[in-house]
Amino acid sequence: MTFPVLKGTAYTLVHTPDILVHEGKLQETEMRNSPDSDYLKAIPDHLRSFDDAVAYGPNQAFIGNIHPRELRNIEQPWYEHPLKDASTEGKFGSMMSEDLFYGCMKAVDMFELVVLEESYQKEVAKKLNDDPVIGKYWVTLDKLTENPAKIDEIEALIADKDAKPLYLNNKLVGCLKRAHEFDAALTSDVMFENLVSKASGAYALAELFAKNDIKPDGVDYLIECSEEGCGDMFQRAGGNYAKSIGEICGCVNATGSDTRSFCAAPAHSMVEAAALVQAGVYSNIVVLAGGSSAKLGMNGKDHVKKGLPLLEDCLGAFAVHVGENDGKSPIIRTDVVGKHKIGSGAAPQAIMQAIVADPLEHAGMSIKDVDVYSAEMQNPEITVPAGAGDIPMANYKMIAALGVMKKIFARDEMNQVVENIGMPGFAPTQGHIPSGIPFLGHAIEMIESGEIHRTMIIGKGSLFLGRLTNLFDGISFIVEANDGKVDDDKGVDKDEVRQMIAESMKKFADSLK
Amino acid sequence: MDLENQQRIKDLTDKYGKDDLLVVLGGGEAEACGLAAETVSTGDPTFAGPLAGVQLGLKAYHMFELKDEVDPAVYEEQISMMEMVLDKDAIIKEVQEYRG
Repeated sequence: MTFPVLKGTAYTLVHTPDILVHEGKLQETEMRNSPDSDYLKAIPDHLRSFDDAVAYGPNQAFIGNIHPRELRNIEQPWYEHPLKDASTEGKFGSMMSEDLFYGCMKAVDMFELVVLEESYQKEVAKKLNDDPVIGKYWVTLDKLTENPAKIDEIEALIADKDAKPLYLNNKLVGCLKRAHEFDAALTSDVMFENLVSKASGAYALAELFAKNDIKPDGVDYLIECSEEGCGDMFQRAGGNYAKSIGEICGCVNATGSDTRSFCAAPAHSMVEAAALVQAGVYSNIVVLAGGSSAKLGMNGKDHVKKGLPLLEDCLGAFAVHVGENDGKSPIIRTDVVGKHKIGSGAAPQAIMQAIVADPLEHAGMSIKDVDVYSAEMQNPEITVPAGAGDIPMANYKMIAALGVMKKIFARDEMNQVVENIGMPGFAPTQGHIPSGIPFLGHAIEMIESGEIHRTMIIGKGSLFLGRLTNLFDGISFIVEANDGKVDDDKGVDKDEVRQMIAESMKKFADSLK
Repeated sequence: MDLENQQRIKDLTDKYGKDDLLVVLGGGEAEACGLAAETVSTGDPTFAGPLAGVQLGLKAYHMFELKDEVDPAVYEEQISMMEMVLDKDAIIKEVQEYRG
């Protein structure tokens, strides 16, 4: 069987403290319900600078400058121990500041909803055109020459037309208009989230082209897997982010669609991409997702209460290239896919059996045949103070405990197993962003260098948040070293069949003699 | 504690009364379990949800404390793995604190 391969990845972060303050759902709700709250008053003292966000260990791991396991050697709290040689440029991507990002939002806006103050627009247009990645790969930067406004015009749109203000260092630099007068699916609130997701997704896609051997016109299909929904009141989440993002980077030969399953959607999308490539439907697929403004500062109250900076100040995004077997890139084992079935049950034990043990056992392997697991890679420095625990660590302990129950490991080996198969969480708590996928860039390097042979990527999703079902979701897939054999899998051709039939008939005829 | 769950527990208490009701927790973190136990007994300490300032006086138990009440085979199949994963003693200690 010829498996598809993981050809390249890109990971990006956008540091957005003003969006955290004004558009993070927790802060927005607080402003509406308790505008004089102590939490809101405390926020300015807990915001990080761009430089602090860049020097933060987990962010450097996300864009590929350090391995997540190197975080074990950095004293915690990591936010008090910035990396000295940190950079906005990473092996797998980069980090952007908020002043460029509003320009990005305007450049991806096809309906003149984003209005920027004229001098700011001119300045950001120059920076983005000069940017070696955005300037090279985004084909819609001419949007930054359109409809600049004076600040009083922007203030009027906010006061009279329900536009959302865009702040930079607390100073008004623009606004985002609603897309319809009374359609609840096209309010300025919804359009803000959608354009944030689109712009950050398009940033990651540009980085994928900049850092990997794939060109925009070489993409056949895009699968977008964020947690946003775009549409109008008659089709509230009709889509399609994928094509809208591909358009920004000039992916003129691609079509695409969106896949949704909360935080599990990226893993579902990877399985879909692998299957489509293996089936020969498409040759080059990009799985991608932008970030979520709603989740910025989501655990902010706990962070402020415990004296931490507001660490949820970055939008995460990624793009992954899945292609045909090239004989060297790590393969995606489409024959070893774990799934949490509707009938699997909701107990953690049942979930881990279904998504970790079942696929391995079905393939004649066991938990110990996977070198490294990557599931829910949320940064623990964000989740532990909020009472949600160390999520990656909990997953590793569950996998090790499942191994103990199956007598693969001894009970006293558990801690060692956890260390061997795991790594500290390093991804921002942006829902779909941490779900196993952030490790793929590091996984390619580890597999190609021979450090590991096989990894399992696990996506998990809390479907009950949508109030349609109480079911949980989970899916896993295996990435492993390429053995170099590229079987074209064409099967038996017609001439061979004719030959075989002729030989059989001859044998039959001979037997009648 | 989730605001929606606070309302559900409040509604159930209104319907059945606190004497015939106890809360079974399945949380994985001691602090979060303690917070839930506190919310259903003396009220929401974060003053964010429907139980802010409402003393339901319900007793909360973590599932780990109810092991003897459950069919051992079911417990083994559903919970035993998590006994190895979570800090069982810390969780029980935290939850017990709010039962007085």
